[in-house]
Amino acid sequence: MDPTDPDLAVRARGLVKRYKEVTALAGVDLDVPRGSVLGLLGPNGAGKTTIVRILSTLLPADEGTAEVAGVDVRRDPAGVRRQIGLSGQYAAVDEYLTGFENLVMIGRLYHLGKKRSAERARELLADFRLDEAGDRPTRTYSGGMRRRLDLAGALVADPPVLFLDEPTTGLDPRGRTDMWEVIRSLVSGGTTLLLTTQYLEEADMLADDIVVIDRGRIIARGTADELKRQVGGEQLEVTVREAARLDDAERLLTPLGSGRPYVDRERRTFSVSVGTGVQALTAALRELESAGIELDDVGLRRPTLDDVFLTLTGHVAEDDDDPGATEGADANAKETVR
Amino acid sequence: MLSDASVVAWRNIIKIKRVPDLLVFTTLSPIMFVLLFAYVFGGAIGQNGNAQEYREFLMAGIFAQTVIFGATITGAGLAEDVKKGVIDRFRSLPMAPSAVLTGRTLSDVINNVIVLVVMSLTGLIVGWRIRDGFWDAAAGYLLLIVFAYAVSWIMAWIGMLVPSPEVVNNASFIVIFPLTFIAVTFVPLDTLPGPLQSIAEWNPVSSATQASRELFGNIPAGTPETTAWPLQHAALYTLIWTVVILLIFVPLANLQYRRSTSR
Repeated sequence: MDPTDPDLAVRARGLVKRYKEVTALAGVDLDVPRGSVLGLLGPNGAGKTTIVRILSTLLPADEGTAEVAGVDVRRDPAGVRRQIGLSGQYAAVDEYLTGFENLVMIGRLYHLGKKRSAERARELLADFRLDEAGDRPTRTYSGGMRRRLDLAGALVADPPVLFLDEPTTGLDPRGRTDMWEVIRSLVSGGTTLLLTTQYLEEADMLADDIVVIDRGRIIARGTADELKRQVGGEQLEVTVREAARLDDAERLLTPLGSGRPYVDRERRTFSVSVGTGVQALTAALRELESAGIELDDVGLRRPTLDDVFLTLTGHVAEDDDDPGATEGADANAKETVR
Repeated sequence: MLSDASVVAWRNIIKIKRVPDLLVFTTLSPIMFVLLFAYVFGGAIGQNGNAQEYREFLMAGIFAQTVIFGATITGAGLAEDVKKGVIDRFRSLPMAPSAVLTGRTLSDVINNVIVLVVMSLTGLIVGWRIRDGFWDAAAGYLLLIVFAYAVSWIMAWIGMLVPSPEVVNNASFIVIFPLTFIAVTFVPLDTLPGPLQSIAEWNPVSSATQASRELFGNIPAGTPETTAWPLQHAALYTLIWTVVILLIFVPLANLQYRRSTSR
């Protein structure tokens, strides 16, 4: 094994995880430099949660090695746990305890001592704008508040490395923006962060580097800009009124864009990435009008995970349950269906 | 490890106050059990002016059944924690891995102490009396608590194993109900039909009940001497079961804890 690189907060080589016949991870390498943010981007079932579970010592890998903050996850899991904070996909807060009590409990389990745990809990509640709600049982909290509390829980001991598994999944737009703000201020404090997400926008907003993962394999890595350059700029999306005219629209509009267009027959929608959005939009409208194709909808939108996948793999991101989250119980059945 | 466990237990104790189900479970239902059994069965079974005697006989049985049901809180609570991801959070903390289960089962003990106090007070009101000395009675209570503690560990293992708190509740009900009825909890041994009588003789719920009943001095006068070894040595037999259960299920439950992940 190579000597540990002191500049890396997370270093994983050849991680493999299988659940019966399903391979959740098929050899994953990751490097997260200290103080940086890595966005792990992929659909459900890609293996994101499995990676987080292995790195946070919840799950042993079948093959491969991983070090977190220089500590080997297999040989010294307790040592790793002292260095990390984890906020999982579901807000793991106790709903009958108050926000304050939840944080004090975690502090005491980090062995901060009674007094320090209470101080730290108050600090975090204030940081996360939960101070008013701090003495209410958390079952009265909104989804966004629970997530913030869960994230606060991960920060109790000020860990140098933080894992956030889909921190905004299931939040409304307001909750999502709030969460982004919280995470950004965190990262400016120098914490190393590994974050998983299904949203390109989120990875773009928060991460220095993005790793795209599909079916347990890394299919692309780079900065958000590099990825977007690969995907192209904005997406031109057109929904025609009559399904019969979809082919005409495709013929007319494909030359306006770059890369592979995507046609969804069920939704009567055509989309292609375009370099300069507004020009392409005007040109598209002109073409469609002169051809007499009626539209239900037309617009420009920012590229999504689907667009990234389409460009990188030629197929749309497939939404399976993450075998890491279901412990492979029913992943097997799904595999045969697929 | 103990300080971690006490933090986990503290968390569970707070929940007794806040979760309406648990509060009812630990305070109201014990009162209800004592009153129901004392007056419904006491009137029917204890004929010829023996109602009072039967009520005294019953108390140890009601105690035993209730503390064993109290042990199921561990199972349902753990299943809930696994489901909600709370166990994942615990497992990612630098705490002693065994502390979660130890804390959990410990809070069952505290819960059962509250339950026993409530039931004893209710019992005293309906005419139950401790006929032997203080230390004997204390030993009787202790035996029930220790035995229920071992059952908590069986429940801990089940809680980590099955997918949902509802399943734990239903499954434990199906097992515990017959276990506490085919025993000397509510009826004297000689009233049971043949095969059930043998089960009851070897059932540790019987011996736990029998032992504490003897220690409370609540064996009715004129009860025929039992010939079954477990009931002749009720306290010893109960302690043997307790130790065996702990030896098997403490490691099993802890192993399952280290393997478990949220579903």
